[in-house]
Amino acid sequence: MHIRPFLAQALRSVTSGDRTYHLWMGSLTAIMLLGGYAYIVQAEHGLIVTGMNNHVSWGLYISNMAFLVGVAAAAVILVLPAYILHDVDFSRAVLIAEGVAVSALVMCLGFVMANSPGYPWKWWRLTPVIGLLNWPDSMLAWDVIMLNGYLVLNLAIPLYILYSHYTGHEPSKKKYVPLIYVSVVWAVSIHLVTAFLFAGLPARPFWNSALLGPRFLASAFTAGPAFMILLLGFIRSHSKYDIPDVAIQKLATATTVAAQANLVMLLSEVIYEFYQPTHHSMSARYLFFGLGEHNALVPWIRTGILLNIGATFTLMIHPLRHNMRVLMAACAVLFFGIWVEKGIGLVIPGFIPSPLGEIVEYTPTWVELCVTAGIWAMGLFVLTILVRVALPIELGEARSPFLEQPPAPRATRPRAAPRQYDNVRRARSR
Amino acid sequence: MSADPVPDLPPGVDDGTLLQKPVDRREALGLLMAGLAAGAAAASACTPLNASTPEQRELKLLEWQEFTQKHYRRMTEAERAETIQRLERLAKIRHNEDATIATTDAQPGVLFGYAFNVSKCKGYRRCVEACINENNLDRHQDTQYIRIFEMENGVVNLDEADPTYQHEVPLEGHFYLGTQCFQCANPPCVPVCPVGATWQEPDGIVVIDYNWCVGCRACMAACPYWARRFNWSAPDVPPEEVNPNQHYLGNRDRKKGCVEKCTFCIHRTREGRLPACAEACPTGARVFGNLLDPDSEIRWVLAHKTVFRLKEELGTEPRFWYFSD
Repeated sequence: MHIRPFLAQALRSVTSGDRTYHLWMGSLTAIMLLGGYAYIVQAEHGLIVTGMNNHVSWGLYISNMAFLVGVAAAAVILVLPAYILHDVDFSRAVLIAEGVAVSALVMCLGFVMANSPGYPWKWWRLTPVIGLLNWPDSMLAWDVIMLNGYLVLNLAIPLYILYSHYTGHEPSKKKYVPLIYVSVVWAVSIHLVTAFLFAGLPARPFWNSALLGPRFLASAFTAGPAFMILLLGFIRSHSKYDIPDVAIQKLATATTVAAQANLVMLLSEVIYEFYQPTHHSMSARYLFFGLGEHNALVPWIRTGILLNIGATFTLMIHPLRHNMRVLMAACAVLFFGIWVEKGIGLVIPGFIPSPLGEIVEYTPTWVELCVTAGIWAMGLFVLTILVRVALPIELGEARSPFLEQPPAPRATRPRAAPRQYDNVRRARSR
Repeated sequence: MSADPVPDLPPGVDDGTLLQKPVDRREALGLLMAGLAAGAAAASACTPLNASTPEQRELKLLEWQEFTQKHYRRMTEAERAETIQRLERLAKIRHNEDATIATTDAQPGVLFGYAFNVSKCKGYRRCVEACINENNLDRHQDTQYIRIFEMENGVVNLDEADPTYQHEVPLEGHFYLGTQCFQCANPPCVPVCPVGATWQEPDGIVVIDYNWCVGCRACMAACPYWARRFNWSAPDVPPEEVNPNQHYLGNRDRKKGCVEKCTFCIHRTREGRLPACAEACPTGARVFGNLLDPDSEIRWVLAHKTVFRLKEELGTEPRFWYFSD
């Protein structure tokens, strides 16, 4: 009986806002429309309008997918402590993290669709019974199951909790905690499976490494929490929804540890490829140094790695990490750096040179860039909607009109005392 | 409970059986699913809406049935026959070609193998040309299944080879090595397919159901020999150059967005003929035959020549050997 007011409330939340909000949503819509147009061009003419070819047969789409699966998986960094270890500091941030996971998954599925030419409806053939899902042989079949399952989990759990709060009930732990346990294992699995999609191919020595799975996790647990810190920082400065400092700082610590692990793995890959380079190091040589006149990725990967190293070392210095501005800047740099390292620096060089030694470089076309931008805009659009719906309910401002006695708004947590490291820095600069 | 929005039988469709085919549960679900998806995509080429002339309506209907057809390996004999009839009709409507599409199965006691004589090949690429014509390869994208690598004597390294040479051959001090799909006994491209659209036949040929392929290209990433090609756009073959002698798993009309590859000319070899490349080779560098026949030429080569295969360390067990005189 609460469903209709719940939906009406949700609709109100997403359609009302100030001018900046409408401008934001309007811009995202415009970019999505542009992406939609590019997608139609691609559906009409085939993938010939992209930069992909028989040599480099996956490009920007699969690159972004691999990166975003990591962002989605990183929700576990908050889900695990909040629900299983009962860390109260994360109790408010966790719903936001699940929202990030949902929107990242929407983008992943969008990129998988875009990678297949123009016939998204062809994918009915993946449905078991009416189609033919080549499971358990195909890693891609695993990935499809994992992504969709994780999407359902991350929609179901927060929706149940939000709906319970809306209707004035305490969510029943018996109902959602088993799902939480599943989702924790699932989160790690989705990203490992995505790594295995590449690591399982002896045809491509650049990917065919046992380190790929762990490295995917390390970079995911860097980029994901980095994005969440940015988002939580924005939310708490632009709404009454107070995220405690200690939650942000715990996330920052997790990000720092993961970023360090990622650098260690990068170092071991570099040593593995270059200490005594073999025929199998050609792709790595192409990526880091270029092969002859073919060096399109060199500036990208060098910039990406420098950014990652810089941001990681910044975060390792306690006073800097505790300064919110520095923290946000470092997180933004890390997010971009990991995107370069994993998106551009992982998928594309796997195809260069080809298994028979031919070197054909890849440059995305405007169609690919527009579709990619459109899918990112779609993800941010979904994320904005999810946050807009969740906040009023969690703040206790939105309650079902059928409730006899609306419960008192949930008390907002007082902000922590002024951060001492800021004072220290101020004192030093004087 | 057919979910198929079948319009009235348009004049010009002489064969009513296409429309009266029974729809089982799986198929009905498939149609329903596809219908929902297709409905979302307005102006989709799959729905029999917006068709004005009888021929257009027939085309829409056939395309719809093509879109919802079963996996080739799950078809009964009757369904195969019906599918072939539909594909032949579609080839007629789309390209005005009178193709005959066979569904000949693998012959018992046959396992195909190929051997390539590195010292005989002179790099004329007559095999490449024959392959393009025989297999109706896309002229627009210049799709080629066969790649000939020109290498300097004394070096067997594909990285330093030139596969795009454009000069008079044979070049002094060089030798030539051709690659194509090796029909591996342990094909890495097969298990990766999420929809099982590619598999190995009992005679060793790795085939693709072009209609079932979703175009994800996982198989292209998995092939260590760069043997698979994608239809990045709708393939273009001049009508007068189309080879009408076709096989469902071989050289029939492909659409944009599916993967294809060498099938050892399945439409020829299953009828006891040589692949077009072996027949076209002017130097006799190509030896093709039945590995299970002790008197075949390929068995003689394997028994009497020093042979090698590419990337043995991957364990793919290609059924394609190289040897020299």
